[in-house]
Amino acid sequence: MKRVSTTWVVLGIAVVALVLAGVVSRFADSDPDGLTKVSEDHGFAHTEKSRDGLVGDYGSVTGVVGVLVVLGVAGGVTYAVRRRGPRDEQA
Amino acid sequence: MHVPDGFLDAPTSALTGAVAVGAVGLALVKARDELDDKTAPMAGLVAAFIFAVQMLNFPVGAGTSGHLMGGALAAVLVGPWTAVLCVSVVLLVQSLLFADGGITALGTNIVLMALTTVLVGWLVFRVLQLVLPKRMSLTPAQAGVAAFASVPVAASVFVLLYAVGGTADIPLDTLLTAMFGVHTLIGVGEGVITGLAVGAIVAVRPDLVRGARPLLESRELVIRGAGS
Repeated sequence: MKRVSTTWVVLGIAVVALVLAGVVSRFADSDPDGLTKVSEDHGFAHTEKSRDGLVGDYGSVTGVVGVLVVLGVAGGVTYAVRRRGPRDEQA
Repeated sequence: MHVPDGFLDAPTSALTGAVAVGAVGLALVKARDELDDKTAPMAGLVAAFIFAVQMLNFPVGAGTSGHLMGGALAAVLVGPWTAVLCVSVVLLVQSLLFADGGITALGTNIVLMALTTVLVGWLVFRVLQLVLPKRMSLTPAQAGVAAFASVPVAASVFVLLYAVGGTADIPLDTLLTAMFGVHTLIGVGEGVITGLAVGAIVAVRPDLVRGARPLLESRELVIRGAGS
């Protein structure tokens, strides 16, 4: 069986993530999520202290920005702590 | 299930913040053993994928939606310590950039969605892997069941934290019933998404799924023994 190369798997996941955040997210359900709904039904929603994020609300563009930021930060952190092979130790 | 600022009092938020700092610090050390040439390129992508899928709220009835938490998915794909790092980065970015989850509640959200779901997801996955036949075809379903279980447990941990330091006087038994009930439904979605995602990677490159490695090791020995 022919193996799909790691490059294609990496690109595939990246494209799927970007399409989900940029396009499919438009069709997300806008009802409150489980905790938000429970806080409304049980009378503690008013205790929330709301604020604004640096980017704002989720949308197609901001979603793609979020994906790229997460990719950069998580990729950077895990790349920094990874187990290095013998070749890397020479550098 | 992103907890905003204000739901839990300051001492409880400080406590969960301290637990989160300790756990992420430990994960930074322990993830080193999980991140090799195969998992390192996957880790950042898994975090990005979880961020994207968390935007996709699905309906669970009665005017309520839910979304993936992703701890079990990340644990199966890249290993539990790396998963803690991946989901914690997702929660950090969501809180800072989108105000999705509070700043003082970041520790709480890491405890619930990075630590609890990874721990429960990974334990259930490993137990199922040990007791069921060693077959790759079972891996996606095992991951799905583990993911399903992780969500109501995380909801229950929230109620536990609310019992310690909730800022409103809510009857805890009704809160637990409501949180457990709705998050059991959300857990079904978590399980389906996790099963499909793990199944997609298993289908093309099972060696990139860290949780599937125990099933591959015997097979690889045979291939190498054949001189290929």
